Amino acid sequence: MEMTSLNKDGKMVCCLSGEIDHHSSRSIRDGIDRLIIQNRPKVLVLDLSSIAFMDSSGLGLVLGRYRKMRECGGEMFLCNTNERTLKILKMAGVDKIIKNIDCDKEFMRNEYKDNSNDSQTQI
Amino acid sequence: MSIKTTAMTAKLKFKEKGGDIKMKKSRVVNSLKIQFPAKSANEAFSRALISSFAAQLDPTVEELCDIKTAVSEAVTNCIVHAYDDSVPEKKKIIKMHCFYDENNLLSVKITDNGRGIEDVKKAMEPLYTTGGEDRSGMGFPIMQSFTDELKVKSVLYKGTTVTLKKYIGKTNYDI
Repeated sequence: MEMTSLNKDGKMVCCLSGEIDHHSSRSIRDGIDRLIIQNRPKVLVLDLSSIAFMDSSGLGLVLGRYRKMRECGGEMFLCNTNERTLKILKMAGVDKIIKNIDCDKEFMRNEYKDNSNDSQTQI
Repeated sequence: MSIKTTAMTAKLKFKEKGGDIKMKKSRVVNSLKIQFPAKSANEAFSRALISSFAAQLDPTVEELCDIKTAVSEAVTNCIVHAYDDSVPEKKKIIKMHCFYDENNLLSVKITDNGRGIEDVKKAMEPLYTTGGEDRSGMGFPIMQSFTDELKVKSVLYKGTTVTLKKYIGKTNYDI
Protein backbone atom coordinates (compact mmCIF):
# COMPACT_ATOMS: atom_id res chain seq x y z
CA MET A 1 0.00 0.00 0.00
CA GLU A 2 1.45 3.28 -1.10
CA MET A 3 0.14 6.64 -0.06
CA THR A 4 1.26 9.97 -1.38
CA SER A 5 0.11 13.20 0.08
CA LEU A 6 0.70 16.65 -1.31
CA ASN A 7 -0.02 19.76 0.65
CA LYS A 8 -0.89 23.25 -0.56
CA ASP A 9 -3.13 25.99 0.82
CA GLY A 10 -4.66 23.74 3.39
CA LYS A 11 -5.50 21.10 0.79
CA MET A 12 -4.27 17.61 1.21
CA VAL A 13 -4.47 14.87 -1.39
CA CYS A 14 -3.98 11.25 -0.47
CA CYS A 15 -3.45 8.87 -3.37
CA LEU A 16 -4.40 5.44 -2.19
CA SER A 17 -3.38 2.40 -4.14
CA GLY A 18 -3.59 -1.34 -3.88
CA GLU A 19 -6.38 -3.26 -2.16
CA ILE A 20 -8.43 -1.89 0.71
CA ASP A 21 -9.79 -4.65 2.92
CA HIS A 22 -10.11 -5.08 6.65
CA HIS A 23 -6.44 -6.08 6.88
CA SER A 24 -4.95 -3.17 4.97
CA SER A 25 -7.48 -0.54 6.06
CA ARG A 26 -5.92 -0.27 9.52
CA SER A 27 -2.55 0.96 8.28
CA ILE A 28 -4.14 3.25 5.69
CA ARG A 29 -6.44 4.73 8.32
CA ASP A 30 -3.55 5.34 10.71
CA GLY A 31 -1.53 6.89 7.88
CA ILE A 32 -4.28 9.30 6.85
CA ASP A 33 -5.08 10.21 10.45
CA ARG A 34 -1.44 10.94 11.14
CA LEU A 35 -1.30 13.23 8.10
CA ILE A 36 -4.50 14.99 9.18
CA ILE A 37 -2.97 15.71 12.58
CA GLN A 38 0.35 16.82 11.07
CA ASN A 39 -0.97 19.03 8.30
CA ARG A 40 -4.35 20.10 9.66
CA PRO A 41 -5.87 20.40 6.17
CA LYS A 42 -9.08 22.29 5.45
CA VAL A 43 -9.82 20.06 2.50
CA LEU A 44 -8.96 16.40 2.25
CA VAL A 45 -9.10 14.71 -1.13
CA LEU A 46 -8.88 10.94 -1.36
CA ASP A 47 -7.67 9.84 -4.77
CA LEU A 48 -9.10 6.37 -5.34
CA SER A 49 -8.06 5.93 -8.97
CA SER A 50 -5.43 3.27 -8.27
CA ILE A 51 -7.55 1.18 -5.94
CA ALA A 52 -7.62 -2.35 -7.29
CA PHE A 53 -10.12 -3.67 -4.77
CA MET A 54 -12.34 -2.27 -2.07
CA ASP A 55 -14.95 -3.83 0.19
CA SER A 56 -17.08 -2.60 3.08
CA SER A 57 -13.96 -1.96 5.17
CA GLY A 58 -13.04 0.67 2.58
CA LEU A 59 -16.50 2.21 3.01
CA GLY A 60 -15.91 2.39 6.74
CA LEU A 61 -12.54 4.01 6.12
CA VAL A 62 -13.95 6.65 3.76
CA LEU A 63 -16.93 7.43 6.01
CA GLY A 64 -14.73 7.57 9.11
CA ARG A 65 -12.35 10.10 7.52
CA TYR A 66 -15.33 12.13 6.29
CA ARG A 67 -16.72 12.24 9.82
CA LYS A 68 -13.34 13.25 11.17
CA MET A 69 -12.91 16.10 8.67
CA ARG A 70 -16.41 17.37 9.37
CA GLU A 71 -15.74 17.34 13.11
CA CYS A 72 -12.69 19.55 12.52
CA GLY A 73 -14.78 21.90 10.39
CA GLY A 74 -13.16 20.72 7.17
CA GLU A 75 -14.35 19.14 3.96
CA MET A 76 -13.63 15.91 2.20
CA PHE A 77 -13.90 14.84 -1.42
CA LEU A 78 -13.19 11.72 -3.37
CA CYS A 79 -11.48 11.96 -6.70
CA ASN A 80 -11.04 9.83 -9.82
CA THR A 81 -13.05 7.00 -8.32
CA ASN A 82 -13.05 4.05 -10.69
CA GLU A 83 -16.17 2.26 -11.81
CA ARG A 84 -15.71 -0.72 -9.57
CA THR A 85 -15.23 1.34 -6.42
CA LEU A 86 -18.10 3.61 -7.41
CA LYS A 87 -20.41 0.58 -7.55
CA ILE A 88 -19.78 -0.12 -3.89
CA LEU A 89 -20.00 3.55 -2.89
CA LYS A 90 -23.32 3.84 -4.72
CA MET A 91 -24.68 0.74 -3.05
CA ALA A 92 -24.15 2.31 0.34
CA GLY A 93 -25.36 5.74 -0.84
CA VAL A 94 -21.99 7.26 0.03
CA ASP A 95 -21.76 8.92 -3.39
CA LYS A 96 -24.67 11.15 -2.34
CA ILE A 97 -22.94 12.30 0.84
CA ILE A 98 -19.37 12.70 -0.35
CA LYS A 99 -18.77 14.54 -3.59
CA ASN A 100 -16.70 12.77 -6.22
CA ILE A 101 -14.57 15.15 -8.25
CA ASP A 102 -12.65 14.41 -11.42
CA CYS A 103 -9.16 15.74 -11.63
CA ASP A 104 -6.10 15.03 -13.64
CA LYS A 105 -3.63 13.16 -11.49
CA GLU A 106 -0.50 14.32 -13.26
CA PHE A 107 -1.70 17.90 -13.33
CA MET A 108 -2.47 17.80 -9.63
CA ARG A 109 0.89 16.31 -8.82
CA ASN A 110 2.75 18.94 -10.84
CA GLU A 111 0.79 21.78 -9.35
CA TYR A 112 1.47 20.63 -5.85
CA LYS A 113 5.10 19.82 -6.53
CA ASP A 114 5.93 23.51 -7.12
CA ASN A 115 4.94 24.31 -3.59
CA SER A 116 7.59 24.39 -0.91
CA ASN A 117 5.25 22.97 1.70
CA ASP A 118 5.37 19.61 -0.03
CA SER A 119 5.18 16.60 2.11
CA GLN A 120 5.38 13.16 0.67
CA THR A 121 4.83 10.15 2.77
CA GLN A 122 5.10 6.58 1.79
CA ILE A 123 3.82 3.75 3.83
CA MET B 1 -23.99 -36.83 -0.79
CA SER B 2 -24.43 -33.42 0.71
CA ILE B 3 -23.36 -31.80 -2.54
CA LYS B 4 -26.04 -33.67 -4.43
CA THR B 5 -28.68 -32.44 -2.02
CA THR B 6 -27.61 -28.85 -2.52
CA ALA B 7 -27.85 -29.20 -6.28
CA MET B 8 -31.31 -30.73 -5.93
CA THR B 9 -32.54 -27.93 -3.72
CA ALA B 10 -31.20 -25.34 -6.17
CA LYS B 11 -33.06 -27.12 -8.93
CA LEU B 12 -36.31 -27.21 -7.01
CA LYS B 13 -36.00 -23.56 -6.06
CA PHE B 14 -35.38 -22.65 -9.66
CA LYS B 15 -38.49 -24.53 -10.74
CA GLU B 16 -40.59 -22.74 -8.15
CA LYS B 17 -39.38 -19.41 -9.45
CA GLY B 18 -39.35 -20.03 -13.16
CA GLY B 19 -42.37 -22.30 -13.67
CA ASP B 20 -41.81 -24.48 -16.72
CA ILE B 21 -38.12 -23.81 -17.16
CA LYS B 22 -36.38 -27.16 -17.35
CA MET B 23 -32.96 -27.42 -15.90
CA LYS B 24 -30.41 -30.01 -16.82
CA LYS B 25 -29.54 -32.31 -14.00
CA SER B 26 -26.73 -30.48 -12.32
CA ARG B 27 -23.64 -32.43 -11.50
CA VAL B 28 -20.75 -31.00 -9.54
CA VAL B 29 -17.90 -30.45 -11.98
CA ASN B 30 -15.14 -29.32 -9.71
CA SER B 31 -14.76 -28.57 -6.04
CA LEU B 32 -12.25 -27.30 -3.53
CA LYS B 33 -12.05 -27.47 0.25
CA ILE B 34 -9.64 -25.46 2.27
CA GLN B 35 -9.25 -24.27 5.82
CA PHE B 36 -7.09 -21.49 7.15
CA PRO B 37 -6.61 -19.54 10.41
CA ALA B 38 -8.93 -16.58 11.01
CA LYS B 39 -6.22 -13.99 10.45
CA SER B 40 -6.81 -10.79 8.57
CA ALA B 41 -3.82 -11.47 6.30
CA ASN B 42 -5.84 -14.35 4.85
CA GLU B 43 -8.54 -12.03 3.43
CA ALA B 44 -6.40 -11.29 0.37
CA PHE B 45 -5.57 -14.99 0.13
CA SER B 46 -9.24 -16.01 0.10
CA ARG B 47 -9.91 -13.54 -2.71
CA ALA B 48 -6.99 -14.83 -4.76
CA LEU B 49 -8.22 -18.36 -4.14
CA ILE B 50 -11.78 -17.80 -5.29
CA SER B 51 -10.70 -15.86 -8.38
CA SER B 52 -8.37 -18.66 -9.46
CA PHE B 53 -11.08 -21.23 -8.85
CA ALA B 54 -13.80 -19.22 -10.60
CA ALA B 55 -11.47 -18.54 -13.55
CA GLN B 56 -12.22 -22.08 -14.75
CA LEU B 57 -15.75 -20.88 -15.55
CA ASP B 58 -14.49 -18.11 -17.82
CA PRO B 59 -16.19 -15.28 -15.94
CA THR B 60 -16.37 -11.66 -17.01
CA VAL B 61 -14.24 -9.18 -15.10
CA GLU B 62 -17.36 -7.88 -13.38
CA GLU B 63 -18.53 -11.33 -12.28
CA LEU B 64 -15.10 -12.08 -10.93
CA CYS B 65 -15.00 -8.81 -8.99
CA ASP B 66 -18.49 -9.45 -7.60
CA ILE B 67 -17.67 -12.90 -6.27
CA LYS B 68 -14.32 -11.70 -4.94
CA THR B 69 -15.97 -8.89 -3.03
CA ALA B 70 -18.67 -11.16 -1.62
CA VAL B 71 -16.16 -13.77 -0.45
CA SER B 72 -13.97 -11.07 1.05
CA GLU B 73 -16.94 -9.74 3.03
CA ALA B 74 -17.86 -13.18 4.33
CA VAL B 75 -14.31 -14.01 5.38
CA THR B 76 -13.87 -10.58 6.99
CA ASN B 77 -17.05 -11.19 8.98
CA CYS B 78 -15.61 -14.43 10.36
CA ILE B 79 -12.35 -12.72 11.28
CA VAL B 80 -13.93 -9.66 12.89
CA HIS B 81 -16.95 -11.18 14.62
CA ALA B 82 -16.75 -14.95 14.99
CA TYR B 83 -14.03 -15.48 17.54
CA ASP B 84 -13.51 -13.83 20.95
CA ASP B 85 -10.05 -13.23 22.34
CA SER B 86 -10.68 -16.07 24.76
CA VAL B 87 -10.65 -18.65 21.95
CA PRO B 88 -7.20 -20.22 21.55
CA GLU B 89 -5.45 -19.31 18.27
CA LYS B 90 -5.47 -22.94 17.19
CA LYS B 91 -9.26 -23.06 17.16
CA LYS B 92 -9.79 -19.86 15.18
CA ILE B 93 -10.38 -21.52 11.86
CA ILE B 94 -12.31 -20.65 8.72
CA LYS B 95 -13.38 -23.34 6.28
CA MET B 96 -14.09 -22.61 2.68
CA HIS B 97 -15.82 -25.04 0.36
CA CYS B 98 -16.17 -23.98 -3.27
CA PHE B 99 -17.78 -25.96 -6.06
CA TYR B 100 -19.53 -25.42 -9.36
CA ASP B 101 -21.94 -27.53 -11.35
CA GLU B 102 -22.76 -28.03 -15.02
CA ASN B 103 -25.08 -25.04 -14.98
CA ASN B 104 -22.15 -22.79 -14.13
CA LEU B 105 -23.56 -22.18 -10.68
CA LEU B 106 -20.65 -21.38 -8.43
CA SER B 107 -21.25 -21.98 -4.73
CA VAL B 108 -19.02 -20.93 -1.88
CA LYS B 109 -19.63 -22.09 1.66
CA ILE B 110 -17.74 -20.22 4.33
CA THR B 111 -17.91 -21.74 7.80
CA ASP B 112 -16.57 -20.74 11.19
CA ASN B 113 -16.94 -22.36 14.61
CA GLY B 114 -17.38 -19.07 16.39
CA ARG B 115 -19.96 -17.53 18.64
CA GLY B 116 -22.76 -17.48 16.07
CA ILE B 117 -25.20 -14.70 15.27
CA GLU B 118 -28.03 -14.06 17.70
CA ASP B 119 -30.37 -12.35 15.27
CA VAL B 120 -29.47 -13.10 11.66
CA LYS B 121 -32.22 -10.89 10.26
CA LYS B 122 -30.95 -7.92 12.21
CA ALA B 123 -27.33 -8.64 11.30
CA MET B 124 -28.26 -8.55 7.64
CA GLU B 125 -29.83 -5.09 7.84
CA PRO B 126 -27.87 -2.36 6.05
CA LEU B 127 -25.75 -0.20 8.36
CA TYR B 128 -26.21 -2.52 11.34
CA THR B 129 -22.86 -3.27 12.93
CA THR B 130 -21.45 -4.35 16.25
CA GLY B 131 -17.91 -3.68 15.11
CA GLY B 132 -17.39 -0.05 16.14
CA GLU B 133 -17.36 3.19 14.21
CA ASP B 134 -14.93 2.24 11.46
CA ARG B 135 -17.06 -0.67 10.30
CA SER B 136 -19.68 0.36 7.79
CA GLY B 137 -22.27 -2.34 8.45
CA MET B 138 -22.57 -3.05 4.73
CA GLY B 139 -21.07 -6.56 4.64
CA PHE B 140 -24.25 -8.60 4.23
CA PRO B 141 -26.00 -6.11 1.91
CA ILE B 142 -22.94 -6.17 -0.38
CA MET B 143 -22.89 -9.99 -0.34
CA GLN B 144 -26.59 -10.01 -1.13
CA SER B 145 -26.41 -7.65 -4.07
CA PHE B 146 -23.26 -9.14 -5.58
CA THR B 147 -24.47 -12.75 -5.64
CA ASP B 148 -27.57 -14.53 -6.89
CA GLU B 149 -28.30 -16.25 -3.61
CA LEU B 150 -27.15 -15.74 -0.06
CA LYS B 151 -27.90 -18.12 2.78
CA VAL B 152 -26.88 -17.61 6.38
CA LYS B 153 -27.15 -20.43 8.87
CA SER B 154 -26.05 -19.70 12.40
CA VAL B 155 -26.17 -21.58 15.67
CA LEU B 156 -25.26 -19.68 18.84
CA TYR B 157 -21.89 -20.73 20.30
CA LYS B 158 -21.49 -23.30 17.51
CA GLY B 159 -20.76 -21.27 14.43
CA THR B 160 -22.02 -19.70 11.26
CA THR B 161 -22.15 -20.87 7.66
CA VAL B 162 -22.59 -18.38 4.86
CA THR B 163 -23.43 -19.82 1.44
CA LEU B 164 -22.96 -17.65 -1.62
CA LYS B 165 -24.22 -18.73 -5.02
CA LYS B 166 -23.64 -17.06 -8.32
CA TYR B 167 -24.18 -18.03 -11.94
CA ILE B 168 -21.01 -17.38 -13.90
CA GLY B 169 -20.88 -16.75 -17.62
CA LYS B 170 -23.51 -18.35 -19.79
CA THR B 171 -25.86 -20.82 -18.20
CA ASN B 172 -26.85 -24.12 -19.74
CA TYR B 173 -30.61 -24.10 -19.27
CA ASP B 174 -33.04 -25.52 -21.79
CA ILE B 175 -35.41 -22.63 -22.16
